Amino acid sequence: MNQASGVAFQVLQSVLVVLIAPLVLGWVNQCRAWMQNRSGPGIWQPYRVLNKLFHKDAVLAHNASPLFRATPYILFGCMWLAVGIVPVLATSLPFAPAADVIALVGLFALARVFISLAGMDIGTSFGTLGARREMMIGFLAEPAMLMTLFTASLISHSTSLVTIVQTLGQSEFVIYPSMAFAAIAFLMVLLAENARIPIDNPSTHLELTMIHEAMILEYSARHLALVEWASSLKLTAYITIGIAMFAPWGIAAAGDWTGVPVALGALVVKLAFAGFGLALLETVSAKMRIFRAPEFLATAFLLATLGMLIHFVLEA
Amino acid sequence: MPTVPLSGQLINLFAALLLLLAFAMLTQRRILSLINLFALQGLVLMLSTLVVAYSTQQAHLYISAAVTLVLKVLALPWFLHWLIRKLNVRWDVESIVNIPVQMLIGIALVIFAFNLAAPISQMAGTITKSALGIAIASILLSFLMMITRRKAVSQVIGFLSMENGLFFAATSATYGMPMVVELGILFDVLVAALIFGVFFFHIRETFESLDIHHLEKLKER
Repeated sequence: MNQASGVAFQVLQSVLVVLIAPLVLGWVNQCRAWMQNRSGPGIWQPYRVLNKLFHKDAVLAHNASPLFRATPYILFGCMWLAVGIVPVLATSLPFAPAADVIALVGLFALARVFISLAGMDIGTSFGTLGARREMMIGFLAEPAMLMTLFTASLISHSTSLVTIVQTLGQSEFVIYPSMAFAAIAFLMVLLAENARIPIDNPSTHLELTMIHEAMILEYSARHLALVEWASSLKLTAYITIGIAMFAPWGIAAAGDWTGVPVALGALVVKLAFAGFGLALLETVSAKMRIFRAPEFLATAFLLATLGMLIHFVLEA
Repeated sequence: MPTVPLSGQLINLFAALLLLLAFAMLTQRRILSLINLFALQGLVLMLSTLVVAYSTQQAHLYISAAVTLVLKVLALPWFLHWLIRKLNVRWDVESIVNIPVQMLIGIALVIFAFNLAAPISQMAGTITKSALGIAIASILLSFLMMITRRKAVSQVIGFLSMENGLFFAATSATYGMPMVVELGILFDVLVAALIFGVFFFHIRETFESLDIHHLEKLKER
């Protein structure tokens, strides 16, 4: 594989994912609206919101520090880098050797630290509250996420997502029972990390129980747009990590430009299914009390651990 | 990974699902979901029995798969649903130990069972050899559920799911017990469930509750 082709792949994928991330969010919202018998705002609504926000004048609190202003950019950068590392379309990514799954989790943690600091920066009680809750969820979700990724790493003997995809998706098909456990644990982490029901409700600013929305209450205009865009990117990143680990079929091999259309089609179908499933899950389940969240995430951690044990018993 | 034939992989998958369902039952707070999970466990058990039957050409396993389907997927869950409707007991399941602690104990049990089964699996030559540890683990988990639950209905579901685990252990260790034994156990379970049902009514009549706690004071009033 020559260098130019790899770079072209990287650029294509990064731009594509950034552009379709709001669409994924719009699709999830639209599916949820359908399931709740509402007509829904249409799948293009997040783009309209972003467009509106970018044309407004930003308002900042008097005591906002530079950190508050820098955070949206850091957040967006972290998430963009994250989707650059995940093999979404093809396994030839020049960025990928720079960071394995552990670095990926670290990247999400970096974003979380900054958004929490920004939430506390203004000094409103809501922001502080949200930041504390976010850190609690984060510190419980992270080990579960790592264990899930380790299960996949044990199978492919590598912590690089590219190698994981190559082992699971592009070689002979083998059923790995341990991945069933890892998949459920990953789903639970995905719900917790992306502030979805049952941990947090993404569609309200009016609840005392909100987590993510509480932290970003003080943001407006272009800052808010970047934060919203970053959270849709985060959702897309998590879904694509899930696809890479649990349904990697169709992702093009390294340097194979002819596989890209197939990979693109597969990606669209998989994202559509994932978004539909997410909306279904959010419709049938209720938000749980915040003190149930540790139990929820402990379950995810234990399932991931079980997955590893199962791997040693059945697949070693 | 050495190439295991597809049927072996499928059996491993079903074994893992069985363990997953055992854990789900352990952490379940609602009794209706508990019954549905039990039915699902029966279904997984039936599928794995079918795969073993197909891959080893054991005709009698087809019969036991069919009996499993009728009894454990359809009849017993239906009976339990009917029972809790009659008894009007849609309460949440109460456990003696809280659920995170139960899950930690569960993990310890799983590790114990895997260690216990490891030497046996190494010597066995059957296609299902690695599933034995999982079978033992799900038996122990069901046992744990029986011990930690306070209400009679969930204890009985624990008992029935333990039987599922035993059945799976038999299938994975020796391709099933002899037909007579298998049928005998299955009807035993059926009768046991019916008798439990009758007992439920009596317990409730005497104590106006299904909390087994009341049975500890066995004194004439």
